Amino acid sequence: MSHDHLNAIDATIAHIPSPGEQFFPPFSVTPELEAQVAELITHYPEGRQKSAILPILHIVQKQFGFINPASIEWTASQTGVSAAHVLGVVTFYPGLRQKCPGKFHFRICRTLSCAMSGAEDLFEVICRKTNIDPASINHHEPIGVSPCGMWSIEQVECLANCGNGPNVLVNDLLFDKVTPEKVDEIIAKYKQA
Amino acid sequence: MSISYLPGKEPHPKETRRIYKNIFREGWDTSINCYLADGGYSELRKALSMEPKAVTDEVKKSGLRGRGGAGFPTGVKWTFIPPNNTKPVYLICNCDESEPGTYKDRYIVHQDPHQLIEGMIISCFAVGAHLGYIYMREEFPIAAEIMEKALQEARANNFLGKNILGSGFDLDIHVHRGAGAYICGEETSLINSLEGVRPYPRIKPPFFPAAIGLYGCPTIVNNVESLCQVKHVIQMGGEEFSKVGAQRSPGTRIIGVSGDVKRPGLYEIASGSITFGELLFDLCGGPKEGHEFKAVIPGGSSSKVMRTDVKYSVKNPDGTNGSISFFDIPLDLDSIAQHGSMAGSGAVIVMDDTRSMPWALNNLNHFYAHESCGQCTPCREGCPWMLKLTTRMLEGKASPKDVDLLLQVANQIEGKTVCAFGEAAAWPTQAMVLKFKDEFLALTDSFNDKLPHSTEAKEQRRYFTR
Repeated sequence: MSHDHLNAIDATIAHIPSPGEQFFPPFSVTPELEAQVAELITHYPEGRQKSAILPILHIVQKQFGFINPASIEWTASQTGVSAAHVLGVVTFYPGLRQKCPGKFHFRICRTLSCAMSGAEDLFEVICRKTNIDPASINHHEPIGVSPCGMWSIEQVECLANCGNGPNVLVNDLLFDKVTPEKVDEIIAKYKQA
Repeated sequence: MSISYLPGKEPHPKETRRIYKNIFREGWDTSINCYLADGGYSELRKALSMEPKAVTDEVKKSGLRGRGGAGFPTGVKWTFIPPNNTKPVYLICNCDESEPGTYKDRYIVHQDPHQLIEGMIISCFAVGAHLGYIYMREEFPIAAEIMEKALQEARANNFLGKNILGSGFDLDIHVHRGAGAYICGEETSLINSLEGVRPYPRIKPPFFPAAIGLYGCPTIVNNVESLCQVKHVIQMGGEEFSKVGAQRSPGTRIIGVSGDVKRPGLYEIASGSITFGELLFDLCGGPKEGHEFKAVIPGGSSSKVMRTDVKYSVKNPDGTNGSISFFDIPLDLDSIAQHGSMAGSGAVIVMDDTRSMPWALNNLNHFYAHESCGQCTPCREGCPWMLKLTTRMLEGKASPKDVDLLLQVANQIEGKTVCAFGEAAAWPTQAMVLKFKDEFLALTDSFNDKLPHSTEAKEQRRYFTR
């Protein structure tokens, strides 16, 4: 996997267009964002603002949907490191995204306990109901987005609620013991929102 | 005061609720008023009136062992801080619960955040830390909000901040969220993640985090459950604490059962007080209708799988060798280790006769191939290799030789990496292949040995096709 051309530096920083971007504002530095970041840096000892990279990226991702090249550079300027360093952090974590997900992002646990309770079938069910092409999802593009940009799906490793599988995390909310019928309810609920 | 629980969430009579006293409790919420009304933070007052050294001694005396998986004695870990240390000391709560099968900490941080905060303040006081972090995994966004709010409340009540309750001790605690990497549960990787660099585990020995950790300063990393136990050690006294549970791993343990049982869930038991049979049949209600147990992973996905249909040899009290069935093994660290596996984080994954072991192993290998951080070659290359081999078996394209190769790859990962991830990834494969070899062999065909796998080989042997 490491020798793949998709892991080359240009490929890792390139902007990947996604229909989900219409639901998020484009990246811009607002005074509120600056204030939030200034407060975050105080959580760490003097001169250790590098530690704030991860929290800053979380705020950026929550607000703008994903982490684009401009936000990487801005994070680097706030924490006094190079943009390459921030990129190194971004590419390490599965939880940090360089591709915009849909307005509602489904994360389905695929690890043993959930798989035993039917997570594999559930993944296909959700793909079908949200009109996402499962063939578009692979190791390099873990997120599949529906053409309308409303929905996206990702298979993730253990969500730590193993006794109540299968588990699905929709944005910040966890749904357990999800059945195909429950998927209909969840989709209907978010469609109204 | 009698405690009642929400309907359907009542503890089983064989349980001993200590850490989970307030989980799914009737009328319980996460606010500090609720916790104070229940006598909360009184152990903190007690601890602050003691000497820090005395608190550590009490924890050492209790014999409390870490609940994260490795089972290292908590009090002993604390004493590894160099005695003539002049640098600041940090304490980190490891809430990066991501071992497949483990979900005990989720309920503590979602429903009883102040118990963790109180345990953390006491521990910080004991080790002399003035800054603490709760490293929360990214998949707990709601818990991070609950914890932030709880910390605010604690600050407002002077349980955190300057001169805590007039004792002259200063402390602040912050939440630091991870971003979905399993490796960050490894303590040195966690420290690197907190420092804001790529979280590769650090090499150790010679220097453990207690000597050189976060920002090069002494750092103590403890699991959520271990820190909560500290509060109960102070409440009961070390001596009293060590009397409950198995002799060499006292206290209660939270066992999280998932998989093919009637009532999967979390059960807090006095360690060693019940056997696997009691856990699976009495507490969890037995196997699903019409099925039988086949295999059990006793301590999170990294521990070695155990067959339920073989005899395990034991030493009888009179010195002769005897044997017991799987269901008679008591649930404590040493007993499980003695029978070739580990109690780890207390996550029991149960599989019944409908499950294919190669399929289960393939699922776990996918997990380890995805989560390997990529620092050490044996693990980075070996985990995807094991995944390829098991995938090939499931597709029916493997030859019997591949089963031996799979074991060989696993053996080459174990013990050859910087952190324990190598062992964690190799053990499931080793145990599954050794204990269920017939199932793996049944999926193979010696004819496949003659067939090419790569494009180049296919081109060379294009006439030799099935």
